[in-house]
Amino acid sequence: MSGILVVTEQSQGTWHRMSFETLAAGQQLGQALGQPVFAVVLGAGVGALGEELGRYSLARVHVVEHELLKAYTADGYTAALEQLIRKHEPSVVLFPHTYQSRDFAPKLATRLNQPLISDVTGCRVENGGLVLVRQLFQGKLNADYRPWGTVFASLQAGAYRAESLVAGSAPVEAETVALDAAQIRQKPDAPFRESARAVDLTSAEIIVSVGRGIKEKDNIPMVEQLAQALGAELAASRPICDNGWLPMERQVGSSGQTVSPKVYIAVGISGAIQHLVGMKGAKTIVAINKDPNAPIFEVADYGIVGDLFDVVPALTAEVKKVRG
Amino acid sequence: MKILVALKQVPGRDSQLKIDSSGRWIEEGDLSYEINEPDAYALEEALQLKEKHGGEVVVLCAGPERAGTSIREALAKGADRAIHIEEPNLAGYDTLSLARVLAKAAEAEKPDLVLTGLQSDDLGLGQTGVVMAELMGVPHATIIMQVEVTDGSLRVKRELEDGWFQHVDMPLPALLTIQSGINKLRYATLMGIKKAKTKEVRKLTVAELGVAAPPASVLSRIYPPERKKQTQIVENAAQLVEKLRFEVRAI
Repeated sequence: MSGILVVTEQSQGTWHRMSFETLAAGQQLGQALGQPVFAVVLGAGVGALGEELGRYSLARVHVVEHELLKAYTADGYTAALEQLIRKHEPSVVLFPHTYQSRDFAPKLATRLNQPLISDVTGCRVENGGLVLVRQLFQGKLNADYRPWGTVFASLQAGAYRAESLVAGSAPVEAETVALDAAQIRQKPDAPFRESARAVDLTSAEIIVSVGRGIKEKDNIPMVEQLAQALGAELAASRPICDNGWLPMERQVGSSGQTVSPKVYIAVGISGAIQHLVGMKGAKTIVAINKDPNAPIFEVADYGIVGDLFDVVPALTAEVKKVRG
Repeated sequence: MKILVALKQVPGRDSQLKIDSSGRWIEEGDLSYEINEPDAYALEEALQLKEKHGGEVVVLCAGPERAGTSIREALAKGADRAIHIEEPNLAGYDTLSLARVLAKAAEAEKPDLVLTGLQSDDLGLGQTGVVMAELMGVPHATIIMQVEVTDGSLRVKRELEDGWFQHVDMPLPALLTIQSGINKLRYATLMGIKKAKTKEVRKLTVAELGVAAPPASVLSRIYPPERKKQTQIVENAAQLVEKLRFEVRAI
């Protein structure tokens, strides 16, 4: 039992960007553990993607092609990867913590009698054993996990940098798997988008974004006034849009838009990772929150610890003074 | 249709968390607890499906004695009965070992549909439902935004990333993990609260279920995250505007 297997993700021949972050993590872990690193790409007609992976410093690239893997299904992916893992017996299996991995990786790990350590933000080796770091309580605390046996772990977006991926060359080998249409119980339709987005937050210079701290729909105009005074777009974290207080198209985060404005002002947003992935690329981040331990302060450049119902109207007034 | 809802009790979102003396968990004494939010949406979805198709909603919850308050809340909202796997020390389990316990109890009920939230607000591992589905041998789908049941089969709307969605069909029985915001949560009525007191809550222990659940990972330490960025904390709005004007040059 040896080696690190990195499970990459593609959809219709296009890479999920986190595949490369996961490959970089695999390389670093391989070095730390002194083990070879393998990558696998699954699908139908993904030979070219396999060749692309062959240009990185890896021990081998497995290409698993099957007509039944053309559209993603949890049953299909689990059956295919189970065969690959039983054959090669890696000691560590890494996934990008994407929506797709969340759908099948726990099932695959269970099939192989192991727990999955999901949404990992860092790994280190201590006394030859692996320690995996992940967040608890929506990012308020960190935890060290020590697994034994074959390690299954999915890695949080941004935890590793794709730029640190080391180029090289690796043999690319086709792997055959036996799949039966009858074992695939999910029948997926083609993915779709609800409607064209009327609001494009990605081009906004300044964004004022509001979260749970606002408490009630009736308080939203207070934040809207701040946005207006700043000439900013108004955005929100998921719960606000779930409640219908602002339209879905104003949602920032993993299920909404990804923005990188010059200034992002987070009002009453605690900073769960699902939100942070959508805005941490902002040049300057301002957080207004009554909880000094809120994870949003981990990424904020400027912060006010205080009651947003005092701070926001005062801020609007100050901005108006300056901008006239 | 018999629908089983697996729910978890978690500390309230606004809780001020303190690390306990073992360094492996938080001090639980002073915290208030609530139903894990995505699980509350799973419960609501189950209640709405029952209203549409008839049947029964059974709540399944593993946790210490205090979890009983969340179970009563679910019953007050309209669940018919509950199973409480009383386990004072959930920290001794990993996702797989706890899911083994839940799946064993769930299987005995032979539900047509199992619903649970997509993740918990405390551990956030986001996989208990998927692991249960595998252990129970039923198909599953995750991060569900819409559920339709017709003639023994299921059509769901899965949320994908970046605003994409997908419809997926599968046969029943099945397990779904529900996304927050799929529906509008109801409040318990006074009548519901009164009725809940007479509804059945069956208490079970892990030993009674007869599941061997040895973990294969352990949470060895918890600690505050390291600050990667130096946040300048300013005192008031005027100072912030000053910074935005002269340091950031944004206004």
